[in-house]
Amino acid sequence: MSMPFYVSPEQAMKDKADYARKGIARGRNSVVVTYDEGILFVAPNPSSALHKVSEIYDRIAFAAVGRYNEYENLRVAGVRFADTRGYQYAREDVTARGLANWYAQVLGSIFTESNKPYEVEIVVAEVGDSQDADQMYRITFDGSVADEHGFVAMGGQAEQVAGVLKERFAAGLPIAGALGTAIAALSSQGNGERGEINASQLEVAVLARGRAHRSFRRIRGARLEELLGEARSGAADGGKPAAADGGKPGGDGKDAADGGPGGAEGEPSPGDGTAP
Amino acid sequence: MGTDYLGGQFTAACLSVGTSSFADFLATSAPGLLPGAMVAAAAGPGAQTAARPAPDLPHGTTIVAMDFGGGVIMAGDRRSTAGSMIAQRDIEKVFRSDDFSCVGIAGVAGIGLEFVRLFQLELEHYEKLEGRTLSLDGKANRLAAFVRGNIGGAMQGLVVVPLFAGYDEDTGKGRIFSYDVGGGPYEERRFHAIGSGSVFAHGSLKKLYTEDMAEADAITVGMHALYDAADDDSATGGPDLTRRIYPVVAVVTGDGFRQLTDDEAGEYAQAVVTERMQSPSGPIAPLRQGAASKSGASKRGASNSGASNSGA
Repeated sequence: MSMPFYVSPEQAMKDKADYARKGIARGRNSVVVTYDEGILFVAPNPSSALHKVSEIYDRIAFAAVGRYNEYENLRVAGVRFADTRGYQYAREDVTARGLANWYAQVLGSIFTESNKPYEVEIVVAEVGDSQDADQMYRITFDGSVADEHGFVAMGGQAEQVAGVLKERFAAGLPIAGALGTAIAALSSQGNGERGEINASQLEVAVLARGRAHRSFRRIRGARLEELLGEARSGAADGGKPAAADGGKPGGDGKDAADGGPGGAEGEPSPGDGTAP
Repeated sequence: MGTDYLGGQFTAACLSVGTSSFADFLATSAPGLLPGAMVAAAAGPGAQTAARPAPDLPHGTTIVAMDFGGGVIMAGDRRSTAGSMIAQRDIEKVFRSDDFSCVGIAGVAGIGLEFVRLFQLELEHYEKLEGRTLSLDGKANRLAAFVRGNIGGAMQGLVVVPLFAGYDEDTGKGRIFSYDVGGGPYEERRFHAIGSGSVFAHGSLKKLYTEDMAEADAITVGMHALYDAADDDSATGGPDLTRRIYPVVAVVTGDGFRQLTDDEAGEYAQAVVTERMQSPSGPIAPLRQGAASKSGASKRGASNSGASNSGA
């Protein structure tokens, strides 16, 4: 039996963090923006079946970037946690804060205890009675939690994206304005995508304020085209017409989540060729 | 009290690979939360032979459901009884189970309400995990499993029987499912009633029901059926005009689930009561089929209805 080489804890943690960051940076960024009547989630995702944004509970939703099988596992766990909580106590006792803390513990212990950290970054958002009461928590692969206000960006280039959001975000924007802001931020990554984002490449969902029962709704199809049109004509960046080429889902092959059932596929970067 | 399910074991269960059933998840990771768990624990092994009838726990009573042209309606009276006493005057026994279905309960109210809560969550949980809703048959079968799971409690006198109805999005029709303590589901055609007043409600429905009624007519028929149940069954409550407590009425159509507001239900109840002031036994069904032809619905009724209805 060979002795393992000694690795200092600092080095081990740094290696794990670098590994996770690299994995996350391979995928594309997503954003969450509050607007006058709720919270808007926008993620580039050519698949209409494998989601990056999902409902957790009445007023709570989940958005993630990174490795699909890992955040899907976290999503399912979150739904189980929230449903058990709500069943044990009452529906209003399920809160984003409680869920975010739980996710932080889960991700934190996976990061420290297992050899391979999760290559994910997630946002848990809860729509409140007013825009001020909306809550958003960003949780990273090592279990650190940030309490965000107004908007959040996730992914490898989160800082750049957040920079654009910061410039353009204003409280009280209507949904089309918020969508325009989100798209402007997502197109700013220097991928040469500016103006080319069309409905088939986007996953858009909202937590609508003041809706009875469950406030999570997906926006797709004609409604999404309509909103994109509004966002483009309203946006300062030049109202380009929607490229309605109806691109095949996964047509540009950049964004993963198209592995088969149970596919443990990560998010390959464009032309990276490292995907299994 | 109990465990706050935040511990390591529960977290591990959340992260594990499992089914999309919330009830199954609870059974493996938090069995203490399942309805009836207390009953089983309190009884202990072998206690069933020594079981006595349950004490006078509040019981819910009559629920009626009807398939009409555009979907289904379900209505329930508001009384629960404990022995010969009225336990509650305004209990609700008809619930939304999801966007396209509703469920009513008769029997021990406490366990019934827990059943409903678990059933609602089961449907929602599946939908959230799978990204699609269960088929109507799937929902009915899940409910059957819950009812069967309570058979131990039922043997000790804690009987709960649900009635399930919904709009089948695949076929565009309303459907009704009944159960007994052994499970089910038994699909019912046209209408059904459960609970202590169901015998009287059934009789009333038989005479008043016609296929392809308008929604408003179906609701009125439901109100009459509940009135007849309350008329002859002491455990079923009639519309309480003085306290403004009216039956709960749920309508499920292609547009989804809708529960009538108190004001809406009150109008129907008031109309039925006003009519009964004139004729206390309610509408008189025509004795011969020919005589009914002016109502316009009897042709269909004559051709489609079974032997049970043809004597009307």
